[in-house]
Amino acid sequence: MQAIRHPKDFWAGVFFIALGGGACLIAIGYTMGSAARMGPGYFPRTLGLMLALLGASLVLRSFRSQGEKIAFPTFRPLVIVLAAVALFSVTVGSLGLVISTILLVLLASIASHEYRRVESVIAAIALAAFVVVAFRYGLSLQLPTWPPALAG
Amino acid sequence: MELFDNLVLGLSVAVSLQNLLYCFIGVLLGTLIGVLPGVGPVPTIAMLLPITYSLPPVAALIMLAGIYYGAQYGGSTTAILVNLPGESSSVVTCIDGYQMARRGKAGKALSIVAIGSFIAGTFATLMIAGFAPPLAEVALKFGPAEYFSLMVLGLIAAVVLASGSIVKAIGMILTGLLLGLIGTDVNSGLQRFTFGIAELSDGVSFVVIAMGLFAFAEIIINLEHRGKREIFTDNVSGLLIKWREFREALPAICRGTAIGSMLGILPGGGATLSAFAAYTVEKKVAKDASQFGKGDIRGVAAPESANNAGSQASFIPLLTLGIPSNAVMALMVGAMTIHSIQPGPQVMTSNPELFWGLIASMWLGNVMLVILNLPMIGIWVKLLKVPYRLLYPAILVFCCIGTYSLNNNVFDVLMTVIFGVLGWIFVKLECEPAPLLLGFVLGPLMEENLRRALLLSRGDPSVFLSRPLSATLLVLATALLVIVAMPMVRKKRAEAFVEEQPA
Repeated sequence: MQAIRHPKDFWAGVFFIALGGGACLIAIGYTMGSAARMGPGYFPRTLGLMLALLGASLVLRSFRSQGEKIAFPTFRPLVIVLAAVALFSVTVGSLGLVISTILLVLLASIASHEYRRVESVIAAIALAAFVVVAFRYGLSLQLPTWPPALAG
Repeated sequence: MELFDNLVLGLSVAVSLQNLLYCFIGVLLGTLIGVLPGVGPVPTIAMLLPITYSLPPVAALIMLAGIYYGAQYGGSTTAILVNLPGESSSVVTCIDGYQMARRGKAGKALSIVAIGSFIAGTFATLMIAGFAPPLAEVALKFGPAEYFSLMVLGLIAAVVLASGSIVKAIGMILTGLLLGLIGTDVNSGLQRFTFGIAELSDGVSFVVIAMGLFAFAEIIINLEHRGKREIFTDNVSGLLIKWREFREALPAICRGTAIGSMLGILPGGGATLSAFAAYTVEKKVAKDASQFGKGDIRGVAAPESANNAGSQASFIPLLTLGIPSNAVMALMVGAMTIHSIQPGPQVMTSNPELFWGLIASMWLGNVMLVILNLPMIGIWVKLLKVPYRLLYPAILVFCCIGTYSLNNNVFDVLMTVIFGVLGWIFVKLECEPAPLLLGFVLGPLMEENLRRALLLSRGDPSVFLSRPLSATLLVLATALLVIVAMPMVRKKRAEAFVEEQPA
């Protein structure tokens, strides 16, 4: 096998093939219909096919053209930031706005290389207070302030 | 005169106390996020969309528009003082703006930005008022075939004018179109690509996509680079510019305004492209171009006028054709749909107070921006000192709560995580996310119009070519693709976008 010369194009192509091909496969289950009376499968299957073909051309091209390597300096921010968001979405219903916001800020802050512990605790509390005042009372957001279980 | 009557109607709407207030909030927020590097108008507008639900439609649109053009103002402040583009449209302003600041002329640079932007904003407002009605008239004659072809043209143009690989941009559009199909099919009631998840039956909200792809991915990438920013100047003085300097900058402002107004109308255009084009033109026409890059006032005046004109002109395709030309306009479509207003040529006749009120508010907003940005510059300078390590957790909090309040649903927040990962992958693979958002918004519309057009023609695809308007649009789209594919243009284009990268 020939070497991949343009990794960014190669992987973008693989992504498009997977997505387009996947959409095509799923859309096989939908009625195709005719051009005059299109079923729900017509448009998605056409799009999926186009995307997969486009991806294939990218993959083929990546063996000829030259491109830089994909840079991954660190995975830390990716994992921490998105974990913090996920944590918020999982906890906010049962723990309430205050605790979830504090958890979100505390966890997310670690992702920075300039992390300072005391500062992030202060920021977390200040933000939680602001969120409650602005969103809970100001814009009457439908989320509990404190854990609903405690309120009984 | 009809135009005059319309503007008077618009002004009467825009000067109501409520609308003035929301216009002010909009431009204030816009300046704020413009000044802060790493926070753009797309996530901000996405974040505030759910909140505008409770506002009257005019006030909501006035505020959201204010955020967009306000951000162009704010971005220039950061560009001049910190040599960092606060907003992507201010990339070229860094070149000469920062050099002016180093020579102690930061105040003058900021002033010429304000003056130039104001002139550009005024002109663009008048242009929208003049151009929109005739364009909307043409659009009213459009059938499904024309709409489909117009959307094809819009998407192609967005690809051609975007930076980076064209093939990848087309892939991103197709990806967006496919994502747009998630949910219940309106014609058959079939659930498509929902994987049996009840929350997906209404489709994915574009706010979720915008948050993940733009806000979260950008934060993650920013955190990967361990940069520190330093502010060049602590206090800005000497805002007054001399008459001689103004005379030197005025032609540049006019050229920038003209370029911005033209490029802004094009799909895929808007602020960033306009600013870049204006700078290039300015360098070409200048008799003595030796000072460019060393603090030439024209190098600040032209791109900043252009990006302001461009950002306002990009409202024209949205308001007249119902076609968003960039990611921010795609969000404006969302804002209008929330208030059950279908964007398109009928807005002008069915909601004249909304249409003209929005336009008039843009001019008032520009006046407010001059006041906000010049005398209050000190406040914005202070804001620049807030370290990023404090800023991004706050952005995350607002994004999470904004997404939640969209449907009062934690599922949406979880979905942003998935799109955050996708957005990060896209950055790594150098795939621009903006075309995806455009495709996403246009996906259902395109399918609907394709279906209708082919139903009317009994399945004959030649309908797209036999109708003259539709054929013209498709020929234009093809021509654009061919031009960009030509080796000579391709090389020039590559050079152009390389130069666009921040120094």
